[in-house]
Amino acid sequence: MISNVPPFLIFFIGACLIFLVPQRWRGWASLLVTLLALLNFASLSHGTYWKVQVLEHSLTFGRIDTLSYLFGLLFHIAAVIATLFSVHVRDSLQNLTSLLYAGGAIGAVFAGDLITLFVFWEIMAIASTFLVWARRSAESNRTGQRYLLVQITSGLLLLAGAASHLGATGSIAFNQIDVETLGGALIFIAFGIKCAFPLLHGWLVDAYPQATPTGTVFLSAFTTKLAVYALARSFPGTEVLIYLGATMAMFPIFYAVIENDLRRVLSYSMINQIGFMVCGIGLGTELALNGAVSHAFNDVLFKSLLFMSMGAVLHMTGRINGTDLGGLYKSMPITTSLCIVGAASISAFPLFSGFVSKSMIMVAAAEEGHAVVFLFLLFASAGVFHHAGIKIPYFAFFGHDAGIRTREPPINMLVAMAIAAGFCIFNGCYPWILYSLLPWEVNYQPYTMSHVISQSQLLFFSALAFALLMTSGLYPPEMRLINLDSDWLHRRLGLRLIHVSARMITFVWARCLRILQDSLEKVVGGIHSLTGPRGVLARTWTTGTGAIWALLLLGLYLLVYYG
Amino acid sequence: MMEKQYWLDKPSNVKRVLVGLYLLCAGLLLTDALHHRHSILQMEGWFGFYSVYGFVACVILVLAAKELRKLVARPKDYYENNDDQ
Repeated sequence: MISNVPPFLIFFIGACLIFLVPQRWRGWASLLVTLLALLNFASLSHGTYWKVQVLEHSLTFGRIDTLSYLFGLLFHIAAVIATLFSVHVRDSLQNLTSLLYAGGAIGAVFAGDLITLFVFWEIMAIASTFLVWARRSAESNRTGQRYLLVQITSGLLLLAGAASHLGATGSIAFNQIDVETLGGALIFIAFGIKCAFPLLHGWLVDAYPQATPTGTVFLSAFTTKLAVYALARSFPGTEVLIYLGATMAMFPIFYAVIENDLRRVLSYSMINQIGFMVCGIGLGTELALNGAVSHAFNDVLFKSLLFMSMGAVLHMTGRINGTDLGGLYKSMPITTSLCIVGAASISAFPLFSGFVSKSMIMVAAAEEGHAVVFLFLLFASAGVFHHAGIKIPYFAFFGHDAGIRTREPPINMLVAMAIAAGFCIFNGCYPWILYSLLPWEVNYQPYTMSHVISQSQLLFFSALAFALLMTSGLYPPEMRLINLDSDWLHRRLGLRLIHVSARMITFVWARCLRILQDSLEKVVGGIHSLTGPRGVLARTWTTGTGAIWALLLLGLYLLVYYG
Repeated sequence: MMEKQYWLDKPSNVKRVLVGLYLLCAGLLLTDALHHRHSILQMEGWFGFYSVYGFVACVILVLAAKELRKLVARPKDYYENNDDQ
């Protein structure tokens, strides 16, 4: 039986209905909504559904093909896991906005046209901002404002691009778009902002670590992966994406090594992983695109798992900086083990999920003759193991014992992490179900002797480097510092520019006023000197002088008239 | 009351882990002599390519990151005095 209910609608109606149940049950009610949505999704099959005619345009709310089905499935699973993780949260604002955010992401995935995509794009932007604000601190308040500004800018660019695209082609269909048109370029940048392209990535590392422990899990799943989906849909094979992706895979790992806030470390590693996907989309071959979307699938699960484990640490200890943590394996052994599963998956260890998807992109890069890009991605693979695979578990759970003695997090958190970990191991050991869902036919065998050995060598020698640098004292210690990144451009440089501009405008305005005042004073003074009590015009003149002036004027008149 | 001693609390056990890692790395490196790697790019076929690349990449990563810190690190309240202005 095929359902008649659009998937996003279940989330939106559910978000309203959860207010009918008492506060303490709202978390469970949210979970029920996501499970119902998953059930509804299971009854859907490929096709185009729910078209609405608005003016002369047809809006499509249900374009289900292999690509959107895979991301739709992923987002439904992510919504269930993240909601289960946050069942204990007694905060109606978060309950509401989490569901709206997940529903918005699912609506956007199934959008068949750019206008529908724009509407859900903006719903996601606004709903997700509340997950940052829900931390309810002065810092998260300001961060949320910055985050919203960036997200809305991306939406406006999308709208402007869609309008331009419509003008040029007469179509609003959300399909492949030519990046070399104005509309295409605007849409490309709109997607690029949400995808955290280099220099457009500041919002991600600024906002994600500021959200609530549970909010970040939602944030990590949807926005950026929707952007990956949108790029795969509209710009596959766009060459510039290869280089953008390779840059994204490279530069964040340097920041991740020196970052103290462990959720910010994960945010950097998120950009690093999206870099692999963007590179795959840019390569554009079937193998590369399959690699990009399957890696997006795995990434949502292992990145959620890592964010959940750090969220659990923050929830239980109130701390998240590497300088304040360490030795937690003693009191949180289950969380530690689950975090290690996430770390092994993101590092692409054999038998874990990253191994079966990331390598497709690497092989595609090599096959297409992009040797330098291949070496960049290989460097980034070693780097991600270094900071996400080793640093996160090491500084949080092992390393120097910070003396914190706590307990495991609530059972719902543990179960959510266990489900995500289960997916990571299952997809790693038995990738064939994931492969069968991919948009193109898969002729790829991840478990060859060469691949297993070479990947093990890469990772264990990275671990060796970490161990030697650590024992020799060369490894940079965690420090209570922040690191300037591209958000500096608007937080410091932009602010300074505004201050300087304001000062200049004030100065110029004051000068103009001064000049005007001086001129007016001169005019008034002149008039005064003419007509004032001592002025020329105010003098008493003799009759003779008057007669001479009259004679002169008459003479002048005669000259002009007859001359 | 004495707190429970964990396995990793003993320095000798940490040493055992490290020695295990060294042996594993040595073993993995030696497999290159026994197994001919199926490779797409020529350099992949070089002896010890992945091992050396992984090790060198991480050393460069950490040393470069230390230099980066000199450039970009600021006190924690760097933005706080400016955000409200």
